[in-house]
Amino acid sequence: MHTKSIKELSSLLRGKKISATELAQLFLARIRQSDLNAFLHVDEELTLAQAADADTRLEFDDATLLTGIPIAHKDIFVTQRWRSTAGSRMLENYVSPFDATVVSKLIDTGAVNLGKLNCDEFAMGSSNENSYFGPVKNPWDKAAVPGGSSGGSAAAVAARLTVGATGTDTGGSIRQPAALCGITGIKPTYGRVSRYGMIAYASSLDQGGPMAKTAEDCAILLNAMAGFDLRDSTSIQRRDEDFTQGLEKPLSGLRIGVPKEYFGAGLATDVEQAVRAALSEYEKLGAKLVEISLPNTSLSIPVYYVIAPAEASSNLSRFDGVRYGHRAKEYGDLQDMYRKTRAEGFGEEVQRRILVGTYVLCHGYYDAYYLQAQRIRRLIAQDFQLAFTQCDVIMGPVTPTVAWDIGDKADDPVANYLGDIYTLSTNLAGLPGMSIPCGFGQGEKNVNRPVGLQLTGNYFDEARLLNIAHKFQQATDWHLRAPEGATAGI
Amino acid sequence: MSLSLSDVQHIANLAQLEISDERAEKTLAQLNGIFALVGQMSAVDTTGIEPLSHPIAALMPELSLRLRDDRVLEPDLRDAYQQCAPATQDGLYLVPRVVE
Repeated sequence: MHTKSIKELSSLLRGKKISATELAQLFLARIRQSDLNAFLHVDEELTLAQAADADTRLEFDDATLLTGIPIAHKDIFVTQRWRSTAGSRMLENYVSPFDATVVSKLIDTGAVNLGKLNCDEFAMGSSNENSYFGPVKNPWDKAAVPGGSSGGSAAAVAARLTVGATGTDTGGSIRQPAALCGITGIKPTYGRVSRYGMIAYASSLDQGGPMAKTAEDCAILLNAMAGFDLRDSTSIQRRDEDFTQGLEKPLSGLRIGVPKEYFGAGLATDVEQAVRAALSEYEKLGAKLVEISLPNTSLSIPVYYVIAPAEASSNLSRFDGVRYGHRAKEYGDLQDMYRKTRAEGFGEEVQRRILVGTYVLCHGYYDAYYLQAQRIRRLIAQDFQLAFTQCDVIMGPVTPTVAWDIGDKADDPVANYLGDIYTLSTNLAGLPGMSIPCGFGQGEKNVNRPVGLQLTGNYFDEARLLNIAHKFQQATDWHLRAPEGATAGI
Repeated sequence: MSLSLSDVQHIANLAQLEISDERAEKTLAQLNGIFALVGQMSAVDTTGIEPLSHPIAALMPELSLRLRDDRVLEPDLRDAYQQCAPATQDGLYLVPRVVE
């Protein structure tokens, strides 16, 4: 039951073969037995109350495709009843007075929330080791990181602890953990999914999206999540689209751009082999490969690690121990209270990024760092537009290597940043991107760890991306592979 | 370019973060590593390139932030919003005394 797709489950629910309550109980039991540290807050009563509502809707034929489907939220989306911590001590006991737009939209469809998922603190990280509540384990190999920052979301979907999950992607935080855990995830075009109630990290880069086993499940979830929101000033006003509509379109004549910069030094052989094999599979499906160039790819790392910390230092100034969140127990005057509260409440990586951001925004450095980064950001966006005159979609690896072991890169921020090379530019340009499972690599430890294929589309091309991913998943079975123990049992 | 220990203390001060000497030492090395990486940007000639602050502005240059009508749209939720505050009294947030 727990390995089925949304469509399959929905038809069982509507056919009264299983109730939403039974389905929720089944997943709650799986979560209880799991030792991945993927979930931060589970409240069975709340979940079962939502499931009972879903059963009522099913009873009265008022169901959507998502009514009764168990999902879970990255703990960056605020929820009125489950705590919302952003993986931080700063918000350890925070309960939001409102639901994020994405959360309420999913409630409206009748989807059932299983709880809140672990993540890197304030979404800052690529390994989930920056969570105040401890790292998440990769279900394929518990010694390995699940990736980040949406590590809990990716691990929970991979271990079949939930049917789908929400994630957020500021520099790769949906695509990279999806790749390292062997699941499917999509980061929509900037402005497609409302950021209201999504705890802010870097506002010009942050974008929410779904993570699930398949492209089809992602399309169904994105239908519910996307849409204009008055409450988000950067939400884009566009006609609503049905992302499931074009899934079956044939791929003949599709031009796939393969950036030569994505296959250079630094890319591990096992990852390259899996990605090249996937590209060959696409050729069999009728697509044509075109070599393209994204010349500023390597600059996306310095540009991102200026812009994102700059925006973070500003966004996180709201955590001052006055209106919400942690406040130091002992302090002298107001300044002392701010400083102690923030030093205690934020973890090391968050403090580092605040410091970097504060520095690059200082008088005297602003032009050399912040404005220079924004200028190169435009060059990066222009590179993509030039590339899209030669191709319809861009493909390459999501990450240079498969998942590494927990602890291997801890205490070395730069080593972590370099691993983000293939994902950052998509956010800088605001484009939609996906990761789909495309094989396994041996890594350095000679164990099987998943590899992801990255798909990048032009602005608002989510439906096309999902179609391209779906056709691959009809021809291959990588997305059906699950870690040991995930398919067995209850 | 590399930072000094007093730079780290100064930035921490601006960012309202208490930092111990020991922590500042460790942070200094890490920040210098990050700024060595960031320094790659200085080699790029960006003369005449406009900074890009909103990603979709690359696609729609006429894009501007939406303004809404100046009308009250939200209900008064002060009580709900103050429930998660560390200290309040009579609808006000409590902080250490600032003016004697």
